[in-house]
Amino acid sequence: MDFLNPVLDGFGVVAQPDNLLYCLAGVVIGMLIGVLPGLGPAATIAILLPITYGVEPVSAIIMLAGIFYGAQYGGTITSVLLRLPGEASSVVTVFDGFALAKQGKAGTALGIAAIGSFIGGTVSIIGLTLLAPLVASVALDFGPPEYAALALFGVLLVATVGNGGRLKSVIAACLGLLLATVGRDTFTGADRFTFANLDLADGIDFVPIAMGLFGLGEILYNLEERQHKRQEPAKISTVWPSRQDLRQSRGAFGRGSVIGFVLGVLPGGGATLSSLVAYAVEKRRAKDPERFGRGAIEGVAAPETANNAAATSSFIPLLTLGIPANATMALMFGALLIQGIPPGPQLVSDHPDLFWGVVNSMYLGNILLLIMSIPMVGVFVKILRIRPAILAPITVLITLLGVYTVANRVFDVFLVIVFGVLGYLMKKFGFEPGPLVLAFVLGSVMEIAVRQSLLIFGGDVTGFFTRPISGTVLAVLIVVLALPLVRQLRKSRQKSPQDKELV
Amino acid sequence: MTNAEPPLDGAALLAELAEDRPPPAGPWSQGGAAVVAGLIGVAGLIASARLGLGQLTAPGPGLWPFVISVVITTLAVVLALTGRHGVDTEKFSRSSVTVAIAVATLVLLALALPVIGFEIPSLLLTFVWLRFLGKESWRSSIVISLGTVVAFYLLFVLVLKIPVPRLI
Repeated sequence: MDFLNPVLDGFGVVAQPDNLLYCLAGVVIGMLIGVLPGLGPAATIAILLPITYGVEPVSAIIMLAGIFYGAQYGGTITSVLLRLPGEASSVVTVFDGFALAKQGKAGTALGIAAIGSFIGGTVSIIGLTLLAPLVASVALDFGPPEYAALALFGVLLVATVGNGGRLKSVIAACLGLLLATVGRDTFTGADRFTFANLDLADGIDFVPIAMGLFGLGEILYNLEERQHKRQEPAKISTVWPSRQDLRQSRGAFGRGSVIGFVLGVLPGGGATLSSLVAYAVEKRRAKDPERFGRGAIEGVAAPETANNAAATSSFIPLLTLGIPANATMALMFGALLIQGIPPGPQLVSDHPDLFWGVVNSMYLGNILLLIMSIPMVGVFVKILRIRPAILAPITVLITLLGVYTVANRVFDVFLVIVFGVLGYLMKKFGFEPGPLVLAFVLGSVMEIAVRQSLLIFGGDVTGFFTRPISGTVLAVLIVVLALPLVRQLRKSRQKSPQDKELV
Repeated sequence: MTNAEPPLDGAALLAELAEDRPPPAGPWSQGGAAVVAGLIGVAGLIASARLGLGQLTAPGPGLWPFVISVVITTLAVVLALTGRHGVDTEKFSRSSVTVAIAVATLVLLALALPVIGFEIPSLLLTFVWLRFLGKESWRSSIVISLGTVVAFYLLFVLVLKIPVPRLI
């Protein structure tokens, strides 16, 4: 039972008063931004990066993780009460959640969603606990070619599976890779693309890029949103679901947990995709699919369970391979680098306190979130009344003053503004900033791995395909990329009229 | 009970959410996006070729950026050829002026920060965003902007003792 010792030590780490507080702060912030439409978890984590400089690594990551999975709980509330998804991963919850609210069963929907989120999250943490050390121990034997293949896999999958056009997302990702090459070349010492500017000699810092593209860019983009006529949130009676509702949702909880866990691990999967898939699965399995969209409780249970399970399991590739599975995980990657802890297979053995502290803090976080979503849901419903116009200038100030405090440089403030404008323009022209940031984070890892591999192979590129693991990864990647093209070809040949189903 | 109402489905909801955004821009902006991407790619090609490509057995500093630039340039060409009728771009509308004003206030704040400290620029920025960009009432604009700056002062200066440039 040797392997249990570090796990148990992890609970000791969580129990430290500081870490308890940061966990609470994280989940409360997550819940808040989930409830408030506009800023997503990625933007919030980006904006809060400067805070993590002065905090212990474990506490910092515990807080950021809390924001991420907390947002999955909070996003439900606006979906159900206002038919306004607080997060992308709660969009499908609107269909049945809002229908239930109109029938006066808003409380039931919220209660089932909270319980589902709790189950999904907890199942996923247990899966993470069992699976992550295993993956990490396998990955310890990986060499540069495997890393090159995995990084490419991660970047391309995130770019093609995520929202936004595939082509544009891959271009954005390549731009991220290119930006990552700015600065001194680690192999030859040559300055690249620095334009003789000293501020650029060490490369572009991750923090202003992330804060600009995700934080400020999103705030600017939201300024153009037409203001909604604020409707009164639906009344909530009891949040405790009846026994019959629970029985009806049981299957959805189970299937949602599994779907979320599996899709969360895959790059590009994550919370949004898994909620869509879980909803579609429930609808297909149901004896009477017409109920869906008219207030089927499974239609709330499945996606809410799945998005939380996915949010949790998407930590696995980051913490075991050092490959972020989505944009938010790319920010976690950056936050770990800020702390001087490179994420990768050594993390479990070299920093067990951090690894198990963060993982185990999620149990606590999920319990706190369950409390906040069931007995205290009224508090968060009140927050719905805050208008986005009031929040925008406050978040802008936090962003600009925050980035200044990192190094006391006005240069960084200007960098954030530049990348904020870039992020806004990218969104206007249909490019997602997510793949760019993710590729930027993986850029130097990938370049070093590719160049080391070339040295190992003596310049023979086919070496990537002949090694078993890197070869398999690349083969899977090619299949995944080719699949939609093949499907498109077949579709245009058949011209089938019945493929209008969106979910 | 309103059972007659049709069930909410994905297409209807997405259409409704999209209504809050400006309409899609035409082929011009798609073409523009492709041209900008192509220019970045070509600039990358030239700059990294100058750095020296080396050989596959001994990669030079320019090889990796060169490969990326080749991909960007190729994809930009594909985008120019196939993406003309895409609907993922957005028109610049009257509300885009709001964004331009917002960016201007940010630049002014960054310029004023080292000179007169954070208090007055922050107060002005918050007020402008609330009153003119957010169309809040005069009273709540004044109250909220004052409150925000006081809160920031307390947090940054008194509690966290972070060295922010300040007036007093």
